[in-house]
Amino acid sequence: MRSANFCHVIIGVLKEAQPGETRVAATPTTVVQLAKLGYGVVVEAGAGEASSYPDSSYVEAGASIGSVSQSDVVFGVNAPSTDQLDRLKPGVTVVSLIQPALNPDLVDDLATRPLTALAMDAVPRISRAQSLDVLSSMANIAGYRAVIEAAYVFGRLFTGQVTAAGKVPPAKVLVVGAGVAGLAAIGAAGSLGAIVRATDPRPEVADQVRSLGGEHLAIESAEVEVSATGYAKEMGKEYKTREAELYLAQCRDVDIIITTALIPGKPAPRIITAEMVESMRPGSVIVDLAAGTGGNVEGAVTGEAITTPNGVTIIGYTDLPGRLPAQASQLYGTNLVNLIRLMTPAKDGQLALDFDDVVQRSMTVVRYHDGATEVTWPPPPVQVSATPSLAASKAPATDSPAKARLSPARRLGLVFGSAAALFVLVGVSPAALQVHLTVFALAIVIGFYVIGHVHHALHTPLMSVTNAISGIIVVGALLQIGHAGRAGGGLVTALSFVAILLASINVVGGFAVTRRMLAMFSRS
Amino acid sequence: MSTETIASSAYIVAALLFILALAGLSRHETAKVGNTFGIAGMALALAATIALAFEHEIEVVGLVLLIAATAAGTAIGLWRARAVEMTGMPELIALLHSFVGLAAVLVGWNGYLSVERNLDGEEAHLLAAQDLLGIHSAEVFVGVFIGAVTFTGSIVAFLKLSARIGSRPLMLPGKNVLNVGAVCAFALLTVWFVLDPQLWLLIAVTVLALALGWHLVASIGGGDMPVVVSMLNSYSGWAAAASGFLLGNDLLIITGALVGSSGAYLSYIMCRGMNRSFLSVIAGGFGVEAAASADGGYGEHREITAEGVAELLTAADSVIITPGYGMAVAQAQYGVAELTRKLRDRGVDVRFGIHPVAGRLPGHMNVLLAEAKVPYDIVLEMDEINDDFAATAVVLVIGANDTVNPAAVEDADSPIAGMPVLTVWEADDVVVFKRSMASGYAGVQNPLFFRDNAAMLFGDAKDRVEDILHAI
Repeated sequence: MRSANFCHVIIGVLKEAQPGETRVAATPTTVVQLAKLGYGVVVEAGAGEASSYPDSSYVEAGASIGSVSQSDVVFGVNAPSTDQLDRLKPGVTVVSLIQPALNPDLVDDLATRPLTALAMDAVPRISRAQSLDVLSSMANIAGYRAVIEAAYVFGRLFTGQVTAAGKVPPAKVLVVGAGVAGLAAIGAAGSLGAIVRATDPRPEVADQVRSLGGEHLAIESAEVEVSATGYAKEMGKEYKTREAELYLAQCRDVDIIITTALIPGKPAPRIITAEMVESMRPGSVIVDLAAGTGGNVEGAVTGEAITTPNGVTIIGYTDLPGRLPAQASQLYGTNLVNLIRLMTPAKDGQLALDFDDVVQRSMTVVRYHDGATEVTWPPPPVQVSATPSLAASKAPATDSPAKARLSPARRLGLVFGSAAALFVLVGVSPAALQVHLTVFALAIVIGFYVIGHVHHALHTPLMSVTNAISGIIVVGALLQIGHAGRAGGGLVTALSFVAILLASINVVGGFAVTRRMLAMFSRS
Repeated sequence: MSTETIASSAYIVAALLFILALAGLSRHETAKVGNTFGIAGMALALAATIALAFEHEIEVVGLVLLIAATAAGTAIGLWRARAVEMTGMPELIALLHSFVGLAAVLVGWNGYLSVERNLDGEEAHLLAAQDLLGIHSAEVFVGVFIGAVTFTGSIVAFLKLSARIGSRPLMLPGKNVLNVGAVCAFALLTVWFVLDPQLWLLIAVTVLALALGWHLVASIGGGDMPVVVSMLNSYSGWAAAASGFLLGNDLLIITGALVGSSGAYLSYIMCRGMNRSFLSVIAGGFGVEAAASADGGYGEHREITAEGVAELLTAADSVIITPGYGMAVAQAQYGVAELTRKLRDRGVDVRFGIHPVAGRLPGHMNVLLAEAKVPYDIVLEMDEINDDFAATAVVLVIGANDTVNPAAVEDADSPIAGMPVLTVWEADDVVVFKRSMASGYAGVQNPLFFRDNAAMLFGDAKDRVEDILHAI
């Protein structure tokens, strides 16, 4: 409906210049979404070819095919080459992966040009920015693909089987680092049937690992990792010794290792040493996802798969997301759409860079403003692990939005405390009452379990049925009525009469109205 | 086999049938069977009890009264069940709760009259022999107390829900002290009564409990009614269970405990839907201080005509409707259902998003929509639909306010911060049906109305929906 707005701003989509790059920064789906935000889109000829998006599909989605030289915003996957940058018009906003911390030369080059550059890889890790976090979306694909690459090279089945021809043991996979890539790898390897283990210095990821069917191997150490940026940080010496012991033991046991340890802005930590590689069985496979930034594995070669003298294959591909180009492009394109949505608050096709917004501020590498280009890298740090400060600021409020769950210790204490109180209470009551209390306690528990699965739409019928059956109190009155001969019996009978009347209204009315309601519910 | 053993076995079977009834109600497919199980259980229990009454040599007068009371109760019950409007369900349920409460009070009083008041009688001697006389007194007291709180509490809830009294919370000074004081006084009186069962003590506790029940619900506002109604449901169960202890009847205990725990669980679900603790709901006074602070500073809202909405809807490929209590008040569900049918016939994907606390009763909106023949499989829960708003063309907000308030997510200082809400503002266009620009129950201004993609359609929801139907 908003696509009817006049298109002022044109977004250009580059055909990637880097050899071997198969991804593209926009897909037909994201072109439609960009149009909804009020933008026109120009795609360079053949840009989507390698991702199986022919030019015609872009035209169908409402884009035109042509040069990006007149575009006001330019999308790329990788940073544009010098040639490409030369062709852009002054004042343009370039959005791509830049890795400014690792490419100071590129930043210097950008600073000499009349343009604004946003690095998609510099999105801060805060919840609000998750929808534009390229590192997450690409890491997810890379983790999956790493397992596929390993499975391809690995000469055996992943899943264990018992067949007429003998038993096949399942493959054992060790995933180092349970970030987005690591978790994706755990999930993929697990669903192929392998036994998956994972390590990570952050204790809080243990649950995530388990939720995907992996086993979390904790490294016993006094150092507890609480990272302010949401990434792992480099660890101390004592920790490293224990870590090395653990990995050495694991290398002798597992068939496949997938390493995903990255520390932002620094070379990747060396985790698997040559000695460890040597201790692995022939035919084992290692995939090093950090090969592009130094490598977690000693002997890994960037961009290549090599085989060591003892028969271990080390895969150092850096283009894993690009090996699933259609999906990778779609996710990357959606990240870009979400960025543009953030920068177009009015949905009117006018791009507005808001430096007060930490997300946009953090991403901006150079900014063209009032006729001059200024380098805005590195941005001020963003505090991501907001939990401690949030808890402090929320403390005075009566209803804290994020209610802390009870710690296991307190929970145990609470349960044992109530159990003890109950024990004393029932203990002092006479034997005749204890039978009733037993029945009472069990009925409460059954009630909770039975109700716990009720569909939300049936809450009202449930209430009217429980209402009807609580009319069972009529039983009490029925037993009390009709003994006027006894002392005080007349009054008892009168009261019972009223009670029976009321309770039977309840019973009959409750069941009848429930029937009526249930008869109304129908499926389409 | 004696009558007694036959009755006991009938009670056990009846109790199991009740459990099956509740289990059956958890799914649409089995709900009707579940209800039938409940009826069967009840019939069995009543038959066994009447047989027992004969065994206990019920007098002819008593039998006549019994039959008269049951017949009258059945007639009234069936009449009410037929006559009730689905929008009036909350009132009916609250009223029925009050009956259970009053019946529990009466049964408790009868227990006193036939034992404590008649210490030379057979029953008293029997209890004294087992050393249960003190326990019996305590059971009378607990039964009467819970029953009386349920009774007046439900009556007030009924009056509020049927708009016979205002739904503003009653704010007595030191109301929490009053509540806690009443409970402490009850505890002291119980001890006294166990030691010396005097009539005036029983009268005193009855009055005290009646007053407490009244005050408890009177100080809770209209928007918290889903919690209150399910809480009273729970109380009515505990009242039945207390009577069961009094009479030594396991069927009453089991049934009471089932109802009590199910009501408690529903209250918990409702409280979670509002991100509040049970205690804070009971303590009441939600949003009272915040009403003044949150006005202005949001800019202009945009109005739209019924024709404009019709145009939006016909051009849309997907529509989500989020109803609230306002739809029930305006009785707009039939028009909404008609609109849904028309749009679906045109191939538009229409769905409903229901917030857990929409309406005045757990599941209220579902029942209203079912009444108007909206298929239940397009009526989704908040968690099921919240992710889909971003991909939706048009959202119609009909009579809902706080449950679609973006301030709950975005403004940490808002009184409703942290409450889970339907994220309607992520859709391309949002149309809000509203009578005026007044704030919702929580007294919090809703920034949704001032968003660029939101438009207001003022007037009675029923009339406006009709207008849209004409325009399509």
